[in-house]
Amino acid sequence: MSMPFYVPPEQLVKDRAEFARKGIRRGRPIVVLRMDAGILLVGENNSSTLRKISEVYDRIAFAGVGRFNEFEALRVAGIRYADLKGYSYSRSDVTGKGLANAYSQTLGQVFSHEVKPYEIEIVVAEVGENPSGDNIYRIQFDGTLRDVGSATVLGSHEDEILAALDGTWSSDMAVGEAFAAAAAAVQTGMEESVALEDWETGFLDRSADRRAFRRLGTDEIREALGE
Amino acid sequence: MSDTVHGPLWLGEPVPDASFISMLEHRGVAPEWAFEGETPTALTEATTILAITFADGVVMAGDRRATAGNVIAHKRVRKVYEADRHSAVAISGTAGMAVELIKLFRTELEHYEKIEGNALSLEGKANYLARMVRGHLSLAFQGLVVIPLFCGYDTAQGKGRLYSYDVVGGRYDEYDYATTGSGGTEARSFLKSAWSPDLTSDEAVAVSVEALVAAAEEDAATGGPDLKRGIFPNVLIVSADGVSEVDDEQLASISRTIQEGRR
Repeated sequence: MSMPFYVPPEQLVKDRAEFARKGIRRGRPIVVLRMDAGILLVGENNSSTLRKISEVYDRIAFAGVGRFNEFEALRVAGIRYADLKGYSYSRSDVTGKGLANAYSQTLGQVFSHEVKPYEIEIVVAEVGENPSGDNIYRIQFDGTLRDVGSATVLGSHEDEILAALDGTWSSDMAVGEAFAAAAAAVQTGMEESVALEDWETGFLDRSADRRAFRRLGTDEIREALGE
Repeated sequence: MSDTVHGPLWLGEPVPDASFISMLEHRGVAPEWAFEGETPTALTEATTILAITFADGVVMAGDRRATAGNVIAHKRVRKVYEADRHSAVAISGTAGMAVELIKLFRTELEHYEKIEGNALSLEGKANYLARMVRGHLSLAFQGLVVIPLFCGYDTAQGKGRLYSYDVVGGRYDEYDYATTGSGGTEARSFLKSAWSPDLTSDEAVAVSVEALVAAAEEDAATGGPDLKRGIFPNVLIVSADGVSEVDDEQLASISRTIQEGRR
């Protein structure tokens, strides 16, 4: 029987984290903006069927960057979790906090138990009845869970895009204006231009009755960008 | 990925499709639609539901009464539900079973839509409901019958469509109107003379309410509009704009007109 080499845990965690970060840095960015009207999620995606931004429950949305198959598995698991909880108890018992915690636990286990960690980062956004009820959680590949502020960027060029957003965006903007600001910041930050049909969006409309999630239509996007 | 299920999310769970019910079955928590033994007497039952097509879609309506034997068990039962953005479903039969069936059906539609990224076709939804009714067959033989009506706006074809069901899960396309429940026959006789293919949405709502009133006059298990207590039928309009509920104010004025006319 061969003896496995001893690897100190510090080294193991460091190696795994480095590996995961390298994968995530290749991911196209996603911008999340918290506004008076709701929460807007914007990303570049050249596929119109393989989604990075999606509805999870009445007032909860999901977004992921990194390896598609990995965050897709999490997205589906999250929808199952939310629908089962809402079915068993009540729709109002499904919360962003509960879902974010479940993601955090799961990613933490994958990070330490699997052959390789997930090369992803995800966001769980929950829109409240009023802005003080909003919650945006960011969950890292190792299960680290953070409650984030009104503007967040995942994926590559995070700092550049955040810098570009500074001053061009405010929470009292209408959806179209905020989208235009996010789109401009992404293109400035990445130093490349994005085709009109390559924008993927998700908007949690605060005023919606039940299912708050919708996507901006092509016409809405065209109008916002003034094209 | 290994076979282990990670944490509270059951990551990597081998559910075969995007179905909510498949997931429940996989986890062993799907509701049981069969049991041994005698059917208890005097279960709560729900009664007259109907749907009629009109120029831009379908109007679906149901009374509010639930009976248990010869007792009026509930006066404000909802039997007509929005199934999703473009469809509606109504129930007749054993109330407890029916309400659970509808809850499961609505969750199923939304679950599928979120996982797949697009909604089921209207026909797909109608077929799935048929499967659910059929799954309930052994209970139906014990007397716990649940029969739904389903309608929706077919965005692919650009028109409203209506489906009726029988106890074994048979699914039938209806082109003018459909009724079920103990007062269904009476409502159907009324609709035979009152319905025409070019009804406007307002006319269709008024005709639906009047059909329920006609059913309530003959069938003890169907409740008519109760102006004194402010209990009115539930009426949904399904069209290209989605599903909308007719408000009590409009229903009160329609009910008043009908009462005066029928006196």
